[in-house]
Amino acid sequence: MLEVKNLKSRIGDTEILRGLSLSVNAGEVHAIMGPNGSGKSTLAQVIAGHNDYVVTDGEVLFKGEDLLDLDPEIRAREGIFLGFQYPVEIPGVNNAYLLKAAVNAKRKHQGLGEVDAFEFLKLAREKMAILGMDPKFLNRGVNEGFSGGEKKRNEILQMAMLEPSLAILDETDSGLDIDALKAVAEGVNTLRGPDRAIVLVTHYQRLLDYIEPDFVHVLSEGRIVKSGDKSLALELEEKGYDWVREAVSA
Amino acid sequence: MTAENIESLVNKRYEHGFVTDIETESLPPGLNEDVVRAISARKKEPEFMLEWRLQAYRQWLEMVEPEWAHIHYPKIDFNSISYYSAPKSEADKPQSLDEVDPKLLETYDKLGIPLHERARLAGVAVDAVFDSVSVATTFKKKLYEAGVIFCSFSEAVRDHPELVQKYLGSVVPRRDNFYAALNSAVFSDGSFVYIPKGVRCPMELSTYFRINAANTGQFERTLIIAEKGSHVSYLEGCTAPMRDENQLHAAVVELVALEDAEIKYSTVQNWYPGDENGVGGIYNFVTKRGDCRGANSKISWTQVETGSAITWKYPSCILRGENSVGEFYSVAVANNMQQADTGTKMIHIGANTRSTIVSKGISAGKAQNAYRGLVKVMPQAHGARNHTQCDSLLIGKECGAHTFPYMEIKNPSARIEHEATTSKISANQLFYCRQRGISEEDAVNMIVNGFCKEVFKELPMEFAVEAQALLNVSLEGAVG
Repeated sequence: MLEVKNLKSRIGDTEILRGLSLSVNAGEVHAIMGPNGSGKSTLAQVIAGHNDYVVTDGEVLFKGEDLLDLDPEIRAREGIFLGFQYPVEIPGVNNAYLLKAAVNAKRKHQGLGEVDAFEFLKLAREKMAILGMDPKFLNRGVNEGFSGGEKKRNEILQMAMLEPSLAILDETDSGLDIDALKAVAEGVNTLRGPDRAIVLVTHYQRLLDYIEPDFVHVLSEGRIVKSGDKSLALELEEKGYDWVREAVSA
Repeated sequence: MTAENIESLVNKRYEHGFVTDIETESLPPGLNEDVVRAISARKKEPEFMLEWRLQAYRQWLEMVEPEWAHIHYPKIDFNSISYYSAPKSEADKPQSLDEVDPKLLETYDKLGIPLHERARLAGVAVDAVFDSVSVATTFKKKLYEAGVIFCSFSEAVRDHPELVQKYLGSVVPRRDNFYAALNSAVFSDGSFVYIPKGVRCPMELSTYFRINAANTGQFERTLIIAEKGSHVSYLEGCTAPMRDENQLHAAVVELVALEDAEIKYSTVQNWYPGDENGVGGIYNFVTKRGDCRGANSKISWTQVETGSAITWKYPSCILRGENSVGEFYSVAVANNMQQADTGTKMIHIGANTRSTIVSKGISAGKAQNAYRGLVKVMPQAHGARNHTQCDSLLIGKECGAHTFPYMEIKNPSARIEHEATTSKISANQLFYCRQRGISEEDAVNMIVNGFCKEVFKELPMEFAVEAQALLNVSLEGAVG
């Protein structure tokens, strides 16, 4: 599904990713952990195509195709979804309107007909019920005045509607209380499937109690320095990131 | 997105830039009493009209060009402008669409205003002004049966001189301001509407203005009178072809609403704004004012301004009648080198008068967009209320938004509210939308339309769609 090879990237003059390699197959859930500033979010942004980040070396293949030349919207339509760490507010733009535009942009790209308002609402209500969201959500401005938990749920709703092949969730657990965390995790779990890959970028083990990863990678200074199964996350929780750093430099 | 991307988006060329090749019969450039007389003679006006024009001209000579607005432009040489231009076929005016010069019809087609279509579809009467002379009027008969008079200003002067004489200049006096005085002296044509007592106008009234001849000042004059208990909705829309020389447009619009009458005046303005370097484009210096003369009357201005190199206008309401209501809903877009200084004035004179102002300013490129509004409550206006909401949206880093609210409150019982916000379309918002598969242009349109929603919903249906499309065209490539 996703093949990242020796990826190097900088923002401004600061090099952040320094030769990162990662391979994610369909059906897998990967967790990427690491201390602040290790490059977790940068990896997510580079894959999504944010043009503040300049790729200086390496390649990223998605379903076997070169991803780096594509505009962000094309990547999205091809099936890449990024759940933002800080979802942006767009006042005045109806949540349902954005969601419908997104769904239809993707359908059009796939050569499918657009969904009409009726079908769309039916689908959206179904997904919202699963996530325990009030249908009134749809009529509010995009993330406008949403609490931290509401914003993250909204991200998961968008993901559920767009049914991406690759979902990257950037710190989706940050700022959530335990109930919101459970709801979000449940939403993610219902989307697990043999055709879909999920990459969780997270700082803490906590989320992984609810979404069990197949692989855990530790990122440090722009490189993956250690990979393992879910037990690695527990070990990290116990010993802290310094343990990894020491292990790597040793 | 990058600055270059934004620029290329913004630099979409004006779609309506073409010139219709029709011989025009224009007066030579320059302004003096002879020119005023020549205009009046050409239109075969009665003596009172000529006298009125001449007085306006003499008053204009004593006035100085105002400089207080937040706009910059080279001094206008009023002697280099030709004050009258008409398509040559005026002598034998067409009586039906079949007789209209096909080139004119083609022009309207390019603008997306197929007259036959519109006439058939919407039940809209179209008084299409091409340069200075009306060339086609539809649905006149139906209106006539309802007792509604809807005709060109020249016809009104000829056929209804008593009404013109009674109301002309009663809202915007000749010497109201420099450009109003100039217009009063040399106005070429425009529209006249009279709705008799108790009549609800059976259709939306619409006029399209269009500047076609180079270096011709356009001086439209519109007068709408709504008698007691009547109701009318008037739509005005403009587009202009591409020109290198700046063109002056100094219109005057006067609305009179008597007791219990209601006038809704909607404008979609799309004059040529000049190119990305600020070359060419229309100078739009307009005086628009409504007088709620009777009790319980209502005047509502809705405007979507996307064009002109310079826009300078303040559609206003004089709330004279008790319980009268004034409304102003505005979207003003300024892109590239455009400058806009626009807003409204609400003058509360009668008791319990109410006014609402909703102004949405959008600035992109290097444009400067200013809202200037006055809310004035006179001592006798007990219980007057105003609510003002003034929002600015910035696109890119080089544009500016300015807000100049003035309030003069002379009655302690007045309740005045003012809200203002300034926001920006941020790179993060755009990236967010793009990550959801929505193209940058669609994302900008979505955000802008969301921003303008409150105003668009005030427009008549068919205009709302057009306005939205126009906004999208105006801001294409405006983001970064």
